[in-house]
Amino acid sequence: MLLIRCPYCEEERPELEFRNAGEAHIARSADIAGESDDDFEKFFFIRSNPKGIIYERWRHMHGCARFFNAVRDTVSDKFLMTYKAGEPKPAKLPGASK
Amino acid sequence: MSGALRIPGAGRLSQAKTARFSFDGQSYSGIEGDTLASALLANGVHLVGRSFKYHRPRGFLSAGAEEPNALVEIKRDAARKTPNVRATVQELYDGLAAQSQNRWPSLAFDVGAVNDIASPLFSAGFYYKTFMWPKAAWKSLYEPKIRAAAGLGVAPDQPDPDHYSARFAHCDVLVLGGGAAGIAAALAAAETGVRVILADEQAEFGGSLRFESGAKIDGQDGFAWAQAAIARLKALDNVRVLSRATAFGYYAQNFVALVERVSDHLQNPGRDLPRERLWQVRAKRVVLATGAIERHMVFADNDRPGIMLASAARTYLNHYGVAVGRNVGVYTANDSAYAAAIDLKKAGVDVAAIVDLRDNPTGPVIDEARALGIEINFGRAVISAGGKLRVTSMTVQPKNGGGERTIPVDAILMSAGWTPSVHLFSQSRGKVAFNDETKRFVPGTYAQDCVSVGACNGTDGLSATIDEAYAAGAKAAKDTGAKAARGTKPKVDASESWSRGMLGAAPGAGPDTTVKAFVDFQNDVTAKDIRQAVHEGMRSIEHVKRFTTNGMATDQGKTSNMHGLAIAAETLGKPIPQVGLTTFRAPYTPVTFGSIVGHARGPLFDPTRKTAIHPWAEAQGAVFEDVGQWKRAWYFPKGGEDMHAAVDRECVTVRKTAGLFDASTLGKIEVVGPDAAKFMELLYTNPWEKLEPGRCRYGIMLREDGFIYDDGVVGRLAPDRFHVTTTTGGAPRVMNHMEDYLQTEFPHLNVWLTSTTEQWAVIAVQGPKSRDIIAPLVEGIDMSDEALPHMSVREGRICGVPTRLFRMSFSGERGFEVNVPADYGQAVWEALWAEGQKHGATAYGTEAMHVLRAEKGYIIVGQDTDGTVTPNDAGLDWAVGKKKTDFVGIRGMARPDLVAKGRKQLVGLKTKDPKVVLEEGAQVVADPKQAVPMKMIGHVTSSYWSENCGRSIALALVAGGRDRMGETLYVPMPDGVIEVEVAGMVFFDEKGERLNG
Ligand SMILES: [Zn+2]
Repeated sequence: MLLIRCPYCEEERPELEFRNAGEAHIARSADIAGESDDDFEKFFFIRSNPKGIIYERWRHMHGCARFFNAVRDTVSDKFLMTYKAGEPKPAKLPGASK
Repeated sequence: MSGALRIPGAGRLSQAKTARFSFDGQSYSGIEGDTLASALLANGVHLVGRSFKYHRPRGFLSAGAEEPNALVEIKRDAARKTPNVRATVQELYDGLAAQSQNRWPSLAFDVGAVNDIASPLFSAGFYYKTFMWPKAAWKSLYEPKIRAAAGLGVAPDQPDPDHYSARFAHCDVLVLGGGAAGIAAALAAAETGVRVILADEQAEFGGSLRFESGAKIDGQDGFAWAQAAIARLKALDNVRVLSRATAFGYYAQNFVALVERVSDHLQNPGRDLPRERLWQVRAKRVVLATGAIERHMVFADNDRPGIMLASAARTYLNHYGVAVGRNVGVYTANDSAYAAAIDLKKAGVDVAAIVDLRDNPTGPVIDEARALGIEINFGRAVISAGGKLRVTSMTVQPKNGGGERTIPVDAILMSAGWTPSVHLFSQSRGKVAFNDETKRFVPGTYAQDCVSVGACNGTDGLSATIDEAYAAGAKAAKDTGAKAARGTKPKVDASESWSRGMLGAAPGAGPDTTVKAFVDFQNDVTAKDIRQAVHEGMRSIEHVKRFTTNGMATDQGKTSNMHGLAIAAETLGKPIPQVGLTTFRAPYTPVTFGSIVGHARGPLFDPTRKTAIHPWAEAQGAVFEDVGQWKRAWYFPKGGEDMHAAVDRECVTVRKTAGLFDASTLGKIEVVGPDAAKFMELLYTNPWEKLEPGRCRYGIMLREDGFIYDDGVVGRLAPDRFHVTTTTGGAPRVMNHMEDYLQTEFPHLNVWLTSTTEQWAVIAVQGPKSRDIIAPLVEGIDMSDEALPHMSVREGRICGVPTRLFRMSFSGERGFEVNVPADYGQAVWEALWAEGQKHGATAYGTEAMHVLRAEKGYIIVGQDTDGTVTPNDAGLDWAVGKKKTDFVGIRGMARPDLVAKGRKQLVGLKTKDPKVVLEEGAQVVADPKQAVPMKMIGHVTSSYWSENCGRSIALALVAGGRDRMGETLYVPMPDGVIEVEVAGMVFFDEKGERLNG
């Protein structure tokens, strides 16, 4: 069981309290109704599934209930950092393996 | 008497406390502190099991957790039967009853042993080759036969009456393994004051100090030193000492799972004690002190009862006071077996000969053995063992060939060297490295905050081990922020040291031979099998392992992996590291399901949710159904009614007079804030801005892909306040869906969401008399049709308590839903029930509710929709705001596939024979005469007998359904084809006049 740091609670808590919510930084268009089929496909269906660094959303479901973003290495399963929803992708990652 | 082979003065068990036990019905005597193995050996019993594949007689190989052979069933009573218990681990208690497994009719005469003679049939890859064809026979014929004939214990056939507990624990330093290394590390860490947990799988701490008679620490015998150190640790507040606790899994971020056997060793455990306790420990630092396991020699018939590891024989003697034979032989490629020979000789046991593969080894143990007058044969091999149910002799030959000599013995002690226990290290995702000089895999690259010390780290000798472990314990504590240790390092006064040994098959079991020289005892894998796997094309050790099943039994190859690897490498002509070590996985030793499940069974497996009105329904004799975690009243049978009769009566009564229904399980979410209407516009397909306070609307929620996600009636209580209802099962995911959008996509909206599902009890009163039933109890709400029209909501009081009174209908009749604070739910229900009685109203359950709504063509999300149904498919286009420019699902709904012609649409189906009720889930076809497999054009989603309509009714998703009105379609069933006609979805009161009736 992993420990995940909630950026709102500012505490490391067991994985049991959290729920994964898919890839992060996929913005919903302000004019979604006017999107082309291709753009909608990219927005809704296409996910990166990388070997290595992934940016993803988590929710502190059984805690503060906030959604936040996390950077995880899918090879080591290590969380490199977490940050609040709405904050930009971090430019630098602490302790990234590659 | 506690056995003829108990040696007076030897061992550490008190002779005073005897314990009676039985094995295969025969009664024996042992001593408290014995294991079942030591007690049987004291009585001269070596034969304890039959092997898995060949049913060969087997005895004890070891004295510990690595035991592959001595698996027995322990039976306390009919429900407490535990198969596959390692007799070398099971502690003896008075009255213990054990049975051998995998033999018929008896252990000494086993019919299955014919497999041994027919063994060429059972060689490597046997299962794959023999049983692959025909495929269907695997499940029905081969597997059950193999299971029945194979050496697996019999699972108990009654529920487990014991209970199992679980604990979470946190510490700074977790030390796994309580031998000299673990104790030294724990002492160093504990003395700094940090929180320490020390765990060991044995009942008593000490590890190999149990048998190492030559160890002296701080002036004491090694084992005595260990006991004193443990007593000191136990006295410290910052230390928790766990015995009988096996660390079986090492997971991410230093999360370690241990199972503590709390009462398996007790005669009368008592009901308040758990059988086992699962510890889930999160440690800042882990010290691995897991020791090493001795390997056997791989030679012909090395599995005969009486042939065992040298260290096991030493343990039985030095700890339990038991001689494993009266005239033993020793076969070794390593010094440590000499110590066994010396100890036994000194205890008065005859040592017939030591056979040493090495050419001219020198050292103190060799000198001492020689001085004791033991015959030593260098450069020789044991090429076979005599005897069947017990070893009777060993045949010795110079290792490069020559004259044979047979020496009578009743036990053979063997040692091919020691394998560091890197299981937990490997589980932690650390990478092992091969030390070419010592031919051992030792911890290489670490993946977590842990350190290995002592024998598991390839450190030889007690002094070096204690130096390394004490330093590592102090450093682990320091790394967690502790000050320097204040104690003193234990001083080693005397110790033993062992040299390296060998890997693979011994001479006489080489590639040119066909003998059965076992590598893996538990899975009956021989050296020949491994060579054969390589010859048949297996190159990777992972393939060799799966093809031969080497190391795949419950012992996980603790004694066999390295031999198997060496034989494969030799056959491949490659160095060992290039062939690679197989991966170690949890659990280290078998773990009971009970300890993993813990208290989460029976009623505690999953929460049961009951409404405030549940006790009333129960008292009325309602039959309940499970809906998610909820118990819901299904129907209320009266005077011997069956379900059919009860539901018919309930349905008819609702439409004739009225019915009361407990709708409390509906999900409820309060959406509040200045932007509440804007938020609702984005989350539901419907328009909300213009809905007046006091009015309700049926809302549809989509996912972004355009499919229906949930639905429910929403009441607007105020400009900034909505009372949203969801499906019973949908409440949590709808809440999550709403929070997700509010927090991440629409954070600019000023809205608060609160789950109120359990705050409100909801009583639906439906039927022509519904208003007459409610009105006398209501204060402050004008209930006239003008003031409270269909689809409106008012706040007021009922029976003196606050209510949100909805005028709405899920039955098609004039209807109301009375929301009251849950604590008043049953009282208000009872008051309404009393009023209802005056009008002949009925209580109705979920089944009648389903029939009534189906009569009106109202859908149930999750039953009539399945996550691939759009509002248009469901005939709900009217509920989609045509002028809206944004809501979740607006774009997905417009995808080409979702607007294409021929999609499945929800329609009604009427059977040609009105008495026939379709089966839900049944497939619909256009032409019943076509060949199988037929083209299926849809399926039945809801189907009931409708007493109100006097016929069966059904809803179905049918391709192009709305263009097929009046068409005849077919539902093929096993006993014939049912003709149906496509119809509208409304079967009763098509004009909807009864909503105001
Ligand atoms: Zn939080």
